[in-house]
Amino acid sequence: MATAQATVAQPTKPTSFWHGDLKNWLTTVDHKKIGVMYGATALVFLLLGGLEALIIRTQLAAPDQTLVSPDFYNALFTMHGLTMVFLVGMPMAVAFFNFLIPLQIGARDVAFPRLNSLSYWIFLFGGLFMYSSFFFGAAPDGGWFGYANLSSREYSPGLNMDFYSLGLQILGVASIAGGVNFITTIINMRAPGMRLMRMPLFTWMAFVTSFLIITALPVLAVALFMLTFDRTWGTHFFDVMAGGDPMLWQHLFWIFGHPEVYILILPAFGIISEIIPTFSKKPLFGYSIMVYSGILIGLIGWGVWAHHMFTTGMGPIADAFFTVGTMIIAIPTGVKIFNWLATMWGGQLRFTTAMKYAIGSVATFTIGGVSGIMHATSPHDLQQHDTYFVVAHFHYVLFGGLILSIFGGFYYWWPKLTGKFLSEKIGSWQFWTLFMGFNLTFFPQHFIGLLGMPRRVFTYSEELGLGGLNMLSTAGGYLTGVGVLLFLWNVLRTRKQVADAPANPWGAATLEWATESPPVEHNFNNTPTLHSREPLWHEPEPVIEAVRGPQRESFHMPPGSWWPMFTAVGVVLALGMFMAPMWWGPLVGLAWVAVGIVNWAYEPT
Amino acid sequence: MIRKRSSRILQAAFALLVLPFLAACGDEHPQTTFQPVTEFGELINGLFYNTTAWTIAILVVVEAALIYILVRFRAREDRPDPEHIHGNTLVEIIWTVIPAIIVAVIAVPAVKAIFELQRPMDAGAFEVEVIGHQWWWEFRYPELEGVVTANEMHVPVGRTIYLTMHSADVIHSFWIPRIGGKRDVNPTPRPREGEQPKRTHLQFTINQAGEYDGQCAEYCGTAHAIMKMRVVAHEPENFDRWVQAYRATPPAPTDPLAARGQELFFRSPCIACHAISGTRAIGQIGPNLTFLGDRWTLGAGTIDNSAESIARWIRDPHGIKPGAKMPGTRAGAAGMPATGLSDEDVDAVAAYLFSLTTEASMGAVTPQPVPTDTTQPPAQAGVPTPAQTR
Repeated sequence: MATAQATVAQPTKPTSFWHGDLKNWLTTVDHKKIGVMYGATALVFLLLGGLEALIIRTQLAAPDQTLVSPDFYNALFTMHGLTMVFLVGMPMAVAFFNFLIPLQIGARDVAFPRLNSLSYWIFLFGGLFMYSSFFFGAAPDGGWFGYANLSSREYSPGLNMDFYSLGLQILGVASIAGGVNFITTIINMRAPGMRLMRMPLFTWMAFVTSFLIITALPVLAVALFMLTFDRTWGTHFFDVMAGGDPMLWQHLFWIFGHPEVYILILPAFGIISEIIPTFSKKPLFGYSIMVYSGILIGLIGWGVWAHHMFTTGMGPIADAFFTVGTMIIAIPTGVKIFNWLATMWGGQLRFTTAMKYAIGSVATFTIGGVSGIMHATSPHDLQQHDTYFVVAHFHYVLFGGLILSIFGGFYYWWPKLTGKFLSEKIGSWQFWTLFMGFNLTFFPQHFIGLLGMPRRVFTYSEELGLGGLNMLSTAGGYLTGVGVLLFLWNVLRTRKQVADAPANPWGAATLEWATESPPVEHNFNNTPTLHSREPLWHEPEPVIEAVRGPQRESFHMPPGSWWPMFTAVGVVLALGMFMAPMWWGPLVGLAWVAVGIVNWAYEPT
Repeated sequence: MIRKRSSRILQAAFALLVLPFLAACGDEHPQTTFQPVTEFGELINGLFYNTTAWTIAILVVVEAALIYILVRFRAREDRPDPEHIHGNTLVEIIWTVIPAIIVAVIAVPAVKAIFELQRPMDAGAFEVEVIGHQWWWEFRYPELEGVVTANEMHVPVGRTIYLTMHSADVIHSFWIPRIGGKRDVNPTPRPREGEQPKRTHLQFTINQAGEYDGQCAEYCGTAHAIMKMRVVAHEPENFDRWVQAYRATPPAPTDPLAARGQELFFRSPCIACHAISGTRAIGQIGPNLTFLGDRWTLGAGTIDNSAESIARWIRDPHGIKPGAKMPGTRAGAAGMPATGLSDEDVDAVAAYLFSLTTEASMGAVTPQPVPTDTTQPPAQAGVPTPAQTR
């Protein structure tokens, strides 16, 4: 009760990292604040992408409906895909990377704090740039995969595909900068004794993901520049009349696109690998195998891209190669699932909301993996491709695998992030609503696809006999929406709570749980020395004494800066101005960027 | 004793798995992949059932193990802290090798099927050239000189069909689920010296006469969702009869409205884009209108076919099919101005076009012989010779 609590003396906690006025937040280079901003922004985009999905599902609830025009519908599914992949999935992972990596490896921030801030502002401005297209009536409408030559100026004369190519180009800069930052941080800034094979598995998965980011995003950047030059400067990369070939776009896009889906899912594997051991009271089973399988998945992921192109007529040898490669990648992935089960075997399982999400994620990802093997059987993929069967598959792996783990991660790390707990009671209702809603939405779609409904269609005819299944799927969509709203309610309810969570409420093993809840700005009073993979289970006293005990070290925390935000504006100008009629438009942006970088370089730190 | 949580999970799972079947049961599904009428379709379904059997088996084992674990190892106060097991090499090897073997069992027949399905054209195959357009299908028949259809493909049962496909604009995909898998229809670059232009192919033999529906399966712009087609598979004797009838010149319409429509049609802008075999309408830009009265739909599956529908379409194609590149009577499209036909004229033209049926012409026609004299110019859908009119 409020009065009882007011009379009991609360131990005063040191000032948390949340402290700061608006200027402090806008100029922050603190990885924890930046992580919060990434997460909050990505949540807003999740709501926008979810709204797009609900309009799509409402239009498709029955055959031959005219709720939205064909052109608007085509923009809706394009923006839904772009939003969920580039404005939700990737930024959410980066939000977690940002908040957790330094805390998990014993560092006080990332290697390049201002570069970190640059990545966030480019992400925010890039997302706003893409969404501004709606106000111009020119939202991208060529699908998230933007196939040539539909994307050409000839067949897409408006600005829609310019918003697409330039918007994604902008966002790619943010991702690549982030990848460089996290790799450098993990290699260079681990605390003494934090050997690579002692790092928490989440940081390992972030490490592999960051390598994928810095190698895959440049491929997309090249493809997008080719598209931009075709549309703006009259080049002919994808123009068949001049000897170009739209097939080139497909190869480049999917050479990016397949590693991209591993960029999306490896962080989820990392989150699951943190939650399950904690709530099993057992260490992760097969830690080394989990590291190596993650690396293997990252490597093999480069060799399977054309399984997105089985219908394009590449010829039997290419088809066979990619068929076999795609099946092979299922092996290290399956191994991970077995290791999670083995972690729980013999444990003391506590079904907190976070644990429910982690288990739900494993269960649904396995279903998505099964339909993936069905796709890999390429002669039958000729039936499955471009139908709702594929839509079912990737939502099972991405919504089930990624989004459910992200929700799990929120419930798990919320006390560390805020010092408060999300309600477990609401959490349970929220989990079951979301879980049932998600399965109701997407399980029927396996059947809808194999019974003859293609993808990316604004309507379908009565004769197909698929009205019932579609209605079921739409009902599931609305239930899913309720599940998301329940999460928001859970979050908002905590605003009135006192931030009195202990440092390690779950009894977890990894280093971030030694810090205050929420952590102080400088993370650790003293940099600890580690001797094990589970420091809080094997050496809690010395580690906690170093982290939260009296400060003996002196250190310097980087000050805030306006220059990353300033430079981010320049990046958007440099690329956005390709849409402007004057040829020197992009140069204005480049000059802006140059001013930003010079000031940044000479700014005292 | 089954705990409440696990029985709730099982009930939910059962409901989710069974409900879709109940909803789908009893409906007819003309585009189902589960009732193939070709060896192509049966081969790939066989692979699918093989993969499904193995993967569902794995799925059941994994999910059952998960549910067992959740029940058996739920935290209980009376139990000591669990032993910290970090791994087990033998177990890791076992659950790597077993999936690898299953992968091999799935992959080998799949690879064999890939090569079988993409074999070179069988000798004696019936060739059809498929050309994708935004948003309709053109079918040309090399073996049947002068025969061109739009949105409906006519083929014989029991003979290998070999499709050679490309697009006139953007990427489309040809998919008739009951016939088998889909193949993209690509715009292809100009070939280099001495090279053949790139084409994609499908090869199959239909074993049952009937009509099989499909639709474009690669997002191709505004009207992608309503770019449908139908394959009409005839028993061989019926197919020969269809070819005969299709190559015949349609007789002059007896209905006065249709007769007026015929006269108007050949004086209108329509013939700039459209062709009718055996007449002087030889436009190649839009769908071929030969024997339009026989077509199962208009607008590539958008609306049913009738004289009224044809009239509606001529007046305002975009009202029916957004994005259609055909001009209406009052609004232009794709650079073409409005046709300016009056409402009465439209009704007459529609009556004429709907009167063009093989049934009407079969009664009164002399079938065209296949031309053997190569010194004559090819008797294409061109200028009717005096012997052919009436």
